Amino acid sequence: MATKVVMEALSPTMEEGRLVKWVKNEGDTVAKGEVLAEIETDKAVMELVARGDGVLRKRVLAEGQTAPVGQLVGVIGAADEDIGAILSSAPAAAAPAASAGAAPATAEPAQTQAPAQPAAQPAAAPAPSAPAPSAPTAPPAAPPTPALGEKQPSAPAAPAPAAAAPAPHENGGRPRSSPLARRLASDRGLDLGQVQGSGPGGRIIKRDIEAASAAGPAAAPLTAPRPAAAGDYADVPLTQIRKTIARRLTESLGPIPTFYLTMEADLTRTAEMRDAMLEADNEFKVSFNDIILKAVATALARHPEVNAHWLGDRVRQFNRVHLGMAVAIEDGLITPVLFDADRKGLGELSREARELAAKARARKLTPNEYTGSTFSVSNLGMFGIDQFTAIINPPEAGIVAVGAVEDKPVVVDGQVVVRKRVRVTMSCDHRVIDGATGARFLQDLRRMLENPLMIVY
Amino acid sequence: MPVITYRDALNQALREEMQRDDRVFIMGEEVGVYQGAYKVSKGMLQEFGEMRVVDTPITELGFAGVGVGAAMVGLRPIIEFMTWNFALLALDQVVNSAAKMLYMSGGQYSIPIVFRGPNGAALQLSAQHSQAWESWLAHIPGLKVVAPGTPYDAKGLLKSAVRDENPVIVLEGEMLYNTKGEVPAEEYLIPLGKAALKREGDHCSIITHGKMILVALQAADQLAKEGIRVDVLDLLSLRPMDVEAIATTVRKTNRAVVLEEGWELAGIGAQIVDYIQRDCFDDLDAPVVRVHQTDVPMPYAKNLERAAKPDVPKTIAAVKKVMYLEQ
Repeated sequence: MATKVVMEALSPTMEEGRLVKWVKNEGDTVAKGEVLAEIETDKAVMELVARGDGVLRKRVLAEGQTAPVGQLVGVIGAADEDIGAILSSAPAAAAPAASAGAAPATAEPAQTQAPAQPAAQPAAAPAPSAPAPSAPTAPPAAPPTPALGEKQPSAPAAPAPAAAAPAPHENGGRPRSSPLARRLASDRGLDLGQVQGSGPGGRIIKRDIEAASAAGPAAAPLTAPRPAAAGDYADVPLTQIRKTIARRLTESLGPIPTFYLTMEADLTRTAEMRDAMLEADNEFKVSFNDIILKAVATALARHPEVNAHWLGDRVRQFNRVHLGMAVAIEDGLITPVLFDADRKGLGELSREARELAAKARARKLTPNEYTGSTFSVSNLGMFGIDQFTAIINPPEAGIVAVGAVEDKPVVVDGQVVVRKRVRVTMSCDHRVIDGATGARFLQDLRRMLENPLMIVY
Repeated sequence: MPVITYRDALNQALREEMQRDDRVFIMGEEVGVYQGAYKVSKGMLQEFGEMRVVDTPITELGFAGVGVGAAMVGLRPIIEFMTWNFALLALDQVVNSAAKMLYMSGGQYSIPIVFRGPNGAALQLSAQHSQAWESWLAHIPGLKVVAPGTPYDAKGLLKSAVRDENPVIVLEGEMLYNTKGEVPAEEYLIPLGKAALKREGDHCSIITHGKMILVALQAADQLAKEGIRVDVLDLLSLRPMDVEAIATTVRKTNRAVVLEEGWELAGIGAQIVDYIQRDCFDDLDAPVVRVHQTDVPMPYAKNLERAAKPDVPKTIAAVKKVMYLEQ
């Protein structure tokens, strides 16, 4: 029995992937779980693994090419098995170049077209030659044509597409699941691919998620702490005034009515602490950014009203702090998460931040490392930016933008003296955070930055 | 609490409202001398006289129009249709006059009128006299539509309908008139637009209205014997519809069966399923299943009629289907 290798959704938001490199050659023996290829998703380069044992018979998608999630990219089978039927049913097999544009076409035109092709020969007609005539004609001008060519084989043979497939994720496809199961899995940090479905056609339903969660961490591969276990947050129903604020401000300022609060903090004592730690031993070296992350996390733990998500009909206030940390990468940015940042020591936090940043730049972050943040921090201080505003990452209610730590003349006790200063700007979603709420949080944050022993406590 | 019939509950509502407000009058075929085709207006001609209990010729469009005119000049008519099948002839007055007048007169004429009568199938009345019209009527902005399935709901909703300043459609049932239930002796009103949870369970929700509430409750009883606990939500009003109550029950059980008397295509159930997918997408653990009349004109033959109607076994099968107990 041959196993299809399909483009899998390797990140929560991935719609298509680019095959960076095949790790296995055609003819190589592969075992279930072995890495077949490297796939570039919208977030990182991930590994595509074999979902069955056998020989990699065919590499359908060439290196460098892109395929939508679910499309066939290769076939694993026995050495002597006939895989012609699988290949001929694959859209990508004959028209890889057009695949991205043609794939979303629905089955509907194919079905209306079907009567015009009285010889409904699912196996014979669509052999690799079928789509060929359409390719030379006018590929950019006639997108429906290749789609019809590709869809034909399945249309007459399977009037109810997909409904009959028994266990779709066995062959590497996306596991079928109910919306509730998906929500619960996401809340509990479960990977649906690891859950066995018990509903019709292998659909994963609520009871499967509950069974998988009950089975404990063995069944839950994402070991990173995630925000949504019961007790980790409190959902606050919206009061009328909250609803009115949300509605009015959204009308005024777009989907996220954002306002900005800037404060300057004196990091002189923080700098002293940092120097003292470094003096003690190189092992205790931490950056200003590490200290600021720790201070933000500690302040957030005291301000669940800021450490919150806007969920449309309610505000979710978290009592755990999972801090997103914006990292610039070659062609964009990504926000890996420091889970339970408030509970980690400064050293641990510093090490973890460094590791995550390195992984982010190497595009090696896994989805569980960049999802689940409750609040975020962005720092452009290293570029000499003294102050900026960051854009909120929804559904989070705020983000703190940190500028450069600079020596500045300030007035202390009536004297102009040089102090280390930093400017911090918080972007606040006004539906969740009011001016005074944000200000109180920043007030606490400043106290911590100016008296760094508070974050060590 | 007194136990009375659905018919008597309606009769009480009519009499109480006519005693309370002398602008209220009832008009329709056989409402007076014959005491009502289904005896809903029994004793009313004697109590209120022929100025307020008005027998009409067999002219649905005509007396519906007289009612709209009376409402325009300050009266509060209750128009009885012998059945809603006959009211098809009057739909121009209901849809084009009663429902539109407030809007098209720029707010000058409100139409506080009630159109009431039995809806849907009884027994072996055949294709033309066994139709459920709620999706036609609830479709119209400007109308309110209620469908009580019990004596208690019938009285409370009819009284609210009479007091409402807008045209209200009251969908009764020939098979309901003889059913009995508890109705308080003291006065009460049931607000339009509010659903009622008639049975509580956590495995699945049955959402229904009108006489199908009786089917749903029987199905719930039988399912309970198998250990399956269902929420039974009686919508009571179809326009406005209690969307929040629908969302509340579906969010609780994650599964829903929508039961209605009429046909499938563009039925009320289709609208309910739309609300569910819109408001509760992430709460669904299974596709919603609908139970409705088979897509044929109602057969006269008893066995075929039974096969065409939604019933308890079909409802039970639907619940088991959404619970993945049966494929």
